[in-house]
Amino acid sequence: MTEAKLSDICVVAMADLFRDNGEIMVSPMAPTPAVGARIAKKLYAPELVLTDGFNKILADATPYGVANPDQVIEGWIPFRKVFDVLWWGKRHVVMGATQIDRYGNQNISCIGDFEQPKVQLLGVRGAPGNTIYHTTSYWVPRHSKNVFVEAVDVVSGIGYDRAAKLHPRSRERHEIRQVISNLGVFDFQTPDNRMRIRSIHPGVSLDQVRDETGFELVVPENLATTRLPTDEEIALIAELDPKGIAAKEVAS
Amino acid sequence: MIDKQKTLEEVVSTLKDGMTIGIGGWGSRRKPMAFVRAIVRSGVKDLTVVSYGGPEVGILYRTGQLKKAIYGFVSLDSIPLEPHFRMARQKKEIEFLELDEGMFQLGLRAAAWNLPFLPTRAGLGSAVLEHQPEIKTVRSPYQDGEELVAMPALRLDAAFVHVNRADKAGNGQVLGPDPYFDDLFCMAADRAFVSAEEIVPTEDLLKDAPLQSILIDRMMVEAVVEAKGGAHFTECPPNYGRDEAFQKQYAATAKDPAAWDAFRARYLDVSEEEYQKAVSRND
Repeated sequence: MTEAKLSDICVVAMADLFRDNGEIMVSPMAPTPAVGARIAKKLYAPELVLTDGFNKILADATPYGVANPDQVIEGWIPFRKVFDVLWWGKRHVVMGATQIDRYGNQNISCIGDFEQPKVQLLGVRGAPGNTIYHTTSYWVPRHSKNVFVEAVDVVSGIGYDRAAKLHPRSRERHEIRQVISNLGVFDFQTPDNRMRIRSIHPGVSLDQVRDETGFELVVPENLATTRLPTDEEIALIAELDPKGIAAKEVAS
Repeated sequence: MIDKQKTLEEVVSTLKDGMTIGIGGWGSRRKPMAFVRAIVRSGVKDLTVVSYGGPEVGILYRTGQLKKAIYGFVSLDSIPLEPHFRMARQKKEIEFLELDEGMFQLGLRAAAWNLPFLPTRAGLGSAVLEHQPEIKTVRSPYQDGEELVAMPALRLDAAFVHVNRADKAGNGQVLGPDPYFDDLFCMAADRAFVSAEEIVPTEDLLKDAPLQSILIDRMMVEAVVEAKGGAHFTECPPNYGRDEAFQKQYAATAKDPAAWDAFRARYLDVSEEEYQKAVSRND
């Protein structure tokens, strides 16, 4: 079989994340999740609603990062409609995280003090609304203690501990489904919704994951290894990411 | 026929220090940059700028006219982090209100609909509420008793938007793929101003475009200005894309005060006509 690159493993983990989501809009906010969503749509979940990242809904999973003048457009989704779908709840977003903690609180706003940040980043963008209205996952291409932190500086996307303090109706659609990094796949399927290792990527050790994580992860008794891509998936990654943009996100 | 045509200078001369102004568009997309440049030339100061933030935030900060920024984000899209805005925040030289993008829209809607606030779950549990006590919550009066964010109206003294085409009465047409929230900006404002790539006879608006492309109605608009290239250097499809080289140059001036001074002298302390001449590409 063709040898899988780490970046291919990450793309396919993303594709698996988008399986069995139902007929909803997926919003992958970075190359690896975007290619993963295309693999999922092509092979496993044709029902997924995928946009060009701007305002058009693409009928088919077409190659990422290249102009496709002939691609079929099946819908129009300007930003005002994005908010309608978002608040309706039929959406699964994969955002980045400059910082994330054990309960899935995420920060993309700024590093340091909110009043006078050491490093100003994007602002909270849509993270508060995304996390409370529909399913959210995160993609971290460079897993480190600087990202997986004990406490985030500014809560942009809200995690399980904060959601738990809200009215039951407020949190009924809150779900941080997975965090996928270059080291492994993580979820929150623990009694107190603390982050758990779901699987470790092939070639990565548990010690390595622990060393690069700034808090204690829940480790299941039988530690799984993230599955390898199939030959069909590897071929499709080459087709759907012709410029290898996803591969560049992950150092191999 | 009603004629609301004015010049950029005539429009901005009515602004006063301390006003709250809304800027349409989104990030570095279809921003009313000719108006922003006219605002720079006018010297009006202590402005509160309300926007899905793009270069207007950084520019008005660097010219010393920005007192407060109200935003969901500030980004140049192809350059995700706006370096001048980062400087403003990191040096603590502006006041700010950072909102969830959806909350921002509701603030415009509340203002447009003459409501004090609109309820939402967006923001609950996040830094937006935790660090900004001016955003308050409201309890549902119904059985559920849920506590919701009461997003306050973002009332504007004036709003500025840029569209592809308009007529001289102020009907504005967006030919690009996203109307953003420009109509809401206009309705949230006491006075709204539209600039357009081209002013055409009303009967020509629908000659080659669908009915739905007329986004701004003249009753929302006090004055309209023809400003070709009026969104430059942000994108204004289908008229033109973003001038990435120029945007890079703008962003790079954050690193070097002398470069900013030169940029300002060449591109901001000049008339709109001189600006357009300076940036015209040989294509």
